[in-house]
Amino acid sequence: MFMKDTIAAISTALGKGAISIVRVSGEEAIKIVNEIFTGKNLKEVDSHTIHYGFIKEKEELMDEVLVTVMKAPKTFTTEDIVEINCHGGIIATNRVLETILNHGARLAEAGEFTKRAFLNGRIDLTQAEAIMDLIESKSDNARRQALEQLSGRISNYIETLREKIKDLLASIEVNIDYPEYYDIEIVTIDKIKKVTQELQIELERLLKDAKNGEIIKEGIKTVIIGRPNVGKSSILNSLLEQEKAIVTDIEGTTRDIVEGSISFEGVHLNMIDTAGIRETEDKIEKIGVEKSLSLIDTASLILLVLNSGEDLTEQDRELLDKIDKEKTIVVLNKNDLDSKLKIEDFKTYQVVSTNTKDLNGIESLKAKIKELFNLEKIESTDTTYLSNARQISLIKQAQKEVSDVIKAIDNSLPIDMVAIDLKNAFNLLGEVIGEEYSEEIIDHLFANFCVGK
Amino acid sequence: MKYEVIVVGGGHAGCEAALAAARKNHSTLLITGNIKNIADMPCNPSIGGPAKGIVVREIDALGGEMGRNADKGALQMKMLNTKKGPAVQALRAQEDKIIYPKEMLKTLNAQENLEIKESLVEDLIVENKKIRGIILEDGTKILSDAVILTTGTYLKSSILVGEHKKSEGPHGERPSRFLSDTLKKLGFRILRLKTGTPPRIEKASIDFTKTSLEAGDEIPHTFSFENKIYYDVEKQEPCHLIYTNEQTHKIINDNLEKSSMYGGYVEGIGPRYCPSIEDKVVRFKDKERHQLFLEPESKYYDDIYIQGFSTSMPYEIQEKMVHSLPGLENAKIKCYAYAIEYDAIDSRQLKQSLETKLVENLFTAGQINGTSGYEEAAGQGLIAGINASLKLEGKEPLILKRNEAYIGVLIDDLVTKGVKDPYRLLTSRAEYRLLLRHDNADLRLRSYGYQVGLVKEEIYQKFIMKKDNIKKLKDLLQSEKITPKKEINEYLKEINTAELKDGITLYNLLKRPEVNIEHIKHFIEIPYDNEVCTQLEITSCYEGYIEKAEKEAEKMLSLENKKLPSDLNYEKIPNLASEARQKLMEIRPTSLGQASRISGVNPADISILMIYLRKREKND
Repeated sequence: MFMKDTIAAISTALGKGAISIVRVSGEEAIKIVNEIFTGKNLKEVDSHTIHYGFIKEKEELMDEVLVTVMKAPKTFTTEDIVEINCHGGIIATNRVLETILNHGARLAEAGEFTKRAFLNGRIDLTQAEAIMDLIESKSDNARRQALEQLSGRISNYIETLREKIKDLLASIEVNIDYPEYYDIEIVTIDKIKKVTQELQIELERLLKDAKNGEIIKEGIKTVIIGRPNVGKSSILNSLLEQEKAIVTDIEGTTRDIVEGSISFEGVHLNMIDTAGIRETEDKIEKIGVEKSLSLIDTASLILLVLNSGEDLTEQDRELLDKIDKEKTIVVLNKNDLDSKLKIEDFKTYQVVSTNTKDLNGIESLKAKIKELFNLEKIESTDTTYLSNARQISLIKQAQKEVSDVIKAIDNSLPIDMVAIDLKNAFNLLGEVIGEEYSEEIIDHLFANFCVGK
Repeated sequence: MKYEVIVVGGGHAGCEAALAAARKNHSTLLITGNIKNIADMPCNPSIGGPAKGIVVREIDALGGEMGRNADKGALQMKMLNTKKGPAVQALRAQEDKIIYPKEMLKTLNAQENLEIKESLVEDLIVENKKIRGIILEDGTKILSDAVILTTGTYLKSSILVGEHKKSEGPHGERPSRFLSDTLKKLGFRILRLKTGTPPRIEKASIDFTKTSLEAGDEIPHTFSFENKIYYDVEKQEPCHLIYTNEQTHKIINDNLEKSSMYGGYVEGIGPRYCPSIEDKVVRFKDKERHQLFLEPESKYYDDIYIQGFSTSMPYEIQEKMVHSLPGLENAKIKCYAYAIEYDAIDSRQLKQSLETKLVENLFTAGQINGTSGYEEAAGQGLIAGINASLKLEGKEPLILKRNEAYIGVLIDDLVTKGVKDPYRLLTSRAEYRLLLRHDNADLRLRSYGYQVGLVKEEIYQKFIMKKDNIKKLKDLLQSEKITPKKEINEYLKEINTAELKDGITLYNLLKRPEVNIEHIKHFIEIPYDNEVCTQLEITSCYEGYIEKAEKEAEKMLSLENKKLPSDLNYEKIPNLASEARQKLMEIRPTSLGQASRISGVNPADISILMIYLRKREKND
């Protein structure tokens, strides 16, 4: 609601088309995207130019992208705009958006780009009428919608977290506004620290659940890599056959061609971009290490298949080197042959030994996958989770404020500073569940403490 | 008879308003029911405290009188919250109830362009929705260009003790009986509010050995930035602390129905933050005791005020209650406690300038606007006095923003949200309280005071020098570096701060919470006074937090700067939610920022307003 903010949103309809575009508009658009872009320095490029690179946060490559930089005023909103063409499908696009929000942009409201375009004099009145209708449809329902997007369970859960902060804040505030009430317990730094540490853990869990939620909703993007003739297709087919999955080309949700989707412990393993894996052997041979490398960045699960009858080749070593161990399972296939590769050699990896001929070991592969994604745990939890980037980004911000509380305490800053961070966390959690009441803490204070002349 | 400005009421709001108008060279008449009660303190004998103390500093920075006057009448001073952070520190003074009013009257009497008249105002002269003057109880008409109503609790006030209700104000003064009817006829919504005060005890009848001592600070303080100390630190009057007990609570519970409040004799709404002792006992049943402060009222008479013990019980029950308290077994009650009810107007019918929306050039300030507290009243009075004057001069009003002053927070809350119970300022009402500190009130507001003409040239020049010195000291500390030499690290170890590995500027060293300016003086000579040094200590140590608050405030200002035309027809704006439409029509906010703070107006409505405004501009 502040024109000064930089806003961001996915501006293509999700689930349609091969490319999704994340649009960022506002004073800090270029700065923010530049912080997470691996290509050229976007601050120095000309206006209305396109650049190739990756979106990267810390060491994680999120997506291979084309970035369009358009500087004010000749843009749709008349502000600086950066558009990121994402190729990695829904999950990658959401991650890119999330990262941008974490870097200081705010999620755009419905029609907000158009609204800015109008307010900045870029489009005409008839269009503006339409935007007002659009906003209106949100207006009366805004709070209800925010609540509906969340299951009752999770909003209750967030409410209990807020209650904890509220108690703490009311105690801090009453100590400040009524300093000489000796009967009122002085909130100690130790108590604040204890509560905030608990909060920290609970927020962490909320985010983890959100990730699980994403897995349930979107499936696990899985890729099988390895040299030709190591048995990749057999493994795929065993998995597919055994689970009697629907083997179709599901186009649509992402650019990726999903070769097959395996329903696995209530979660979909989306086998992606194993292009031609069921075609002729000739074609498979064309899929080299290079192709594999470009895939492994965007996948959530990598099955690296090795022929246990053969020594490691240069190519194998290169792959082993480059993959992210956290999301990889090394599959030592063809264990019916004389084994040259032993499980013990891959101690630092998740590893299983299989033989696709008699399906020996496929079960242990499945167990490994379960273990890697904590699938049993997901099953046991209710399918309630934060459902969108806005909520996740708010929780992340709240988490940051909470960790600032702990930092402030560790630096022995006075309680007023601690209260500032705590209040921010409180407000952010309030935003998640659509709570906006500004005098809540004061009301709570007077309801709980006996003060006054 | 004709004046430019008439101020009705001689309390804390009225005094500031009258002084401001007169100092701005407008012929001013202050009308009070009783000259003896000018700047009277009918309730607690103290000024300041959290948030309120900062208001007093703000009044001083703007060129008002309360701070200077409170310095003259201080019996004891204490800086509160010293360990809780720079923003929430606040000064509180126990005030002499004889000296404070006497000194204020002296100031009023010495003021040019200001006359004082003793009488009651019972009617207003309004022509074409513009104020023309007032009518006294004897029918005398006095004309004026502007009128400021600062009537305190005197509009239709009734004093309540048990089942008895008397139509009078504090000290048995006569209330104004008809003025609130006039206001009602003019279209003001009238609220009935209630407050109360505790009994006063004869000092000699109290056994202080059963109480614990609450002394003032050992270092002297002042509210005023002129820093003139009037009291002797060694001879401060102490306060004493006692607690209620089971017996007190039993007396109260047994006689609850006899109190005005629980007997059903009170119509007004009492303040949440200032409950009577009956309320405390009823609402917090589990609490075994409630603390009470015994506070001296004056050096010139020996009444002791029992802070925390306000009640509307009949006299005989009050006797029992008081005698149940430790040290007060044989106490002699000099004045009984009472509750008071009075009329106030709906503050949402005011503009940010404190001019009423219904009647041009009519301003209101203080309890008539639904606030309570001397400081809240004085702050509003000053602003009303300034803005009535500016209006007559054809100038824009002085409107302090929420990030500039507690006074700004107070007035914005009043005109935007209105009140249900008497409003008290709390630090938690300020979103940017880190910016609204005791120490920087002058840096925030001196220039405004100078611009409107209430701060004298000489004082302003002193302020400019202070500002310069702060900058110079900052530059100095930022340019001077120390390196990890042995003797330097030894010193740092000695003062319990981390030793250096790399070079560091003195400014960055000062940022460490455990390092203060005295430590810095070990490395470099600092030729500046305490006030300047304190600024650097605070702004360096909390730099990150301050910047964050400033950024937040800037966001708020961007909406604040989008003005809403006063002729906006909200009926005609499509798509506004109906609750928002109704609230907007009622309150008529002056900016999008103010609109966004109205409860019931949500962000989507603000978006719609923005678009509508833009459309209007384009059409014009």
